[in-house]
Amino acid sequence: MYNLTIAELVRGLQSKAFSSVELTQHFLDRIAALNPDYNAVITVTADQALKAAIAADKRLAAGGAPALCGVPILHKDIFCTKGVRTSCGSKMLDNFIPPYNATVVENFEQAGAVVLGKTNMDEFAMGSSNETSFYGPVKNPWSTDCVPGGSSGGSAAAVAARLAPAATATDTGGSIRQPAALCGITGLKPTYGRVSRWGMIAFASSLDQAGPMARTAEDCALLLSCMASLDDKDSTSIDHKIDDYSASLNNSIKGLKIGVPSEYFSEGLDKGTEQAVRQALSDLEAQGAELVDISLPNSGLSVPAYYVIAPAEASANLSRFDGVKYGYRCEDPKDLQDLYSRTRAEGFGEEVQRRILIGTYCLSAGYYQAYYGKAQQVRQLIRQDFTQAFEQVDVILGPTCPSPAFKFGSKGDDPVAMYLEDIYTIATNLAGLPGMSVPCGMVDNKPVGLQIIGNYFDEALMLNVAHQYQQVTHWHNLAPEGIA
Amino acid sequence: MNIKRQEIEKLATLARIAIDESTIAEVTERLGSVLELVDQLQAADTSGVEAISHPMQGTQRLREDEVTELNQRQALQAIAPDTEEGLFLVPKVIE
Repeated sequence: MYNLTIAELVRGLQSKAFSSVELTQHFLDRIAALNPDYNAVITVTADQALKAAIAADKRLAAGGAPALCGVPILHKDIFCTKGVRTSCGSKMLDNFIPPYNATVVENFEQAGAVVLGKTNMDEFAMGSSNETSFYGPVKNPWSTDCVPGGSSGGSAAAVAARLAPAATATDTGGSIRQPAALCGITGLKPTYGRVSRWGMIAFASSLDQAGPMARTAEDCALLLSCMASLDDKDSTSIDHKIDDYSASLNNSIKGLKIGVPSEYFSEGLDKGTEQAVRQALSDLEAQGAELVDISLPNSGLSVPAYYVIAPAEASANLSRFDGVKYGYRCEDPKDLQDLYSRTRAEGFGEEVQRRILIGTYCLSAGYYQAYYGKAQQVRQLIRQDFTQAFEQVDVILGPTCPSPAFKFGSKGDDPVAMYLEDIYTIATNLAGLPGMSVPCGMVDNKPVGLQIIGNYFDEALMLNVAHQYQQVTHWHNLAPEGIA
Repeated sequence: MNIKRQEIEKLATLARIAIDESTIAEVTERLGSVLELVDQLQAADTSGVEAISHPMQGTQRLREDEVTELNQRQALQAIAPDTEEGLFLVPKVIE
């Protein structure tokens, strides 16, 4: 059962080929047996899952149940789950049990999906390798001495290892797409504001967005249909028509104009990765798409702009963790200042502290205009690059990241080496555009991701392109050794 | 961009993060490396470019000024480090 896609599981559940209880127990057994090898899941909610599965089976028997009813999923541990620890990968929230559900969690609960547990992640979603998690790194199922990517590395590894057919994830600078690429699965970051962020622990509020991870584009379409909603509780969720993402999957892509940005194929791109991505472009051309050379001239400024904007917003968002209202508190504070500064020094890991300090610096008196003001202007330039490109093309394609999964510790002590991992993904967050990653090849037995960037709210078209690509390729069906 | 040790100490105070004396040199070096990266921004010609804080230049949706939150004081205080009679406790601030 673990090799079935969600679309296949839905058919099996609705035709009573198996029950949700059987399916749920099957995945719980897999998690118990295999998760110790990967550390992808950090909380298992077996009792609650089985109760939800019993309820789902009743709804399925009654008929008319929603598509995802009875389907097991995992949530990234950034989404608040009522009564279940939500750590955000941090010691700061190791004891935090939210009294409410995130809207995304609520949407899946309404649909009758079964939550198996919570996935590991980089602390407060700050990282591209999962090495910053308080709970230890996640291992890549394709090669356990390599990182799974980050920050949604637990979700990506869990889907790749078939511990669940799908998982939720979030993306601030590439945190859905980069781990999806490194673990050989399909992941989608929707347009900013498409999915409610209520109950999703904030990192950088003008960039954060939640999205699905699964093995196929068809499954991502089903999941996004459940996740996307206009939410009164999130004033940044956008009132825009929600498409039927599954309905257009089989549209022909004949005549589709694909933009190929020269900046995404320049120095720093691994040769094998480039070959795989170029082959994918040829495959799409063979299906009738037209390749158009384009330029995104300000791409090179996206990483520097991001490392002003994201830390600045993070330093404000993370000021709430003060040891007073919830979460970690240091022992025996001698006064209030000591309570704050020791709680934060002991509760936050090194990378989170670094980003708070950078953000504080960029926002401090005398530096604000030179850093934050300048970065916001550059953000406008990056956005304009895309606006101009989308006047000529329907989608933009390129690599998701510069190379396949790297070894633990290989980025050394310089934080900037790790930051460059997101060089192709960050610009879409700055512009608020949707982006996805689809498996498109293997280099040294490690997966390569093809990135598809769409115009605002064009998720249906991106999923259509990805689905058509997956009809003529087999990369998304490959499983790590020992898994299938 | 070189950042000085004294600046790091000031930032640590502003950010309310205690930095251990033994790690301050390392913190300074790594922060300097990140600031060198972001300094690439200074080369960009942004004259006349409007700054944006929202990716799609959107505006916040407004709603009627009505109470929508339930009173969850008990549930919220149940997860606090220290409370008494419905109040959050912190070390004494007034002598």
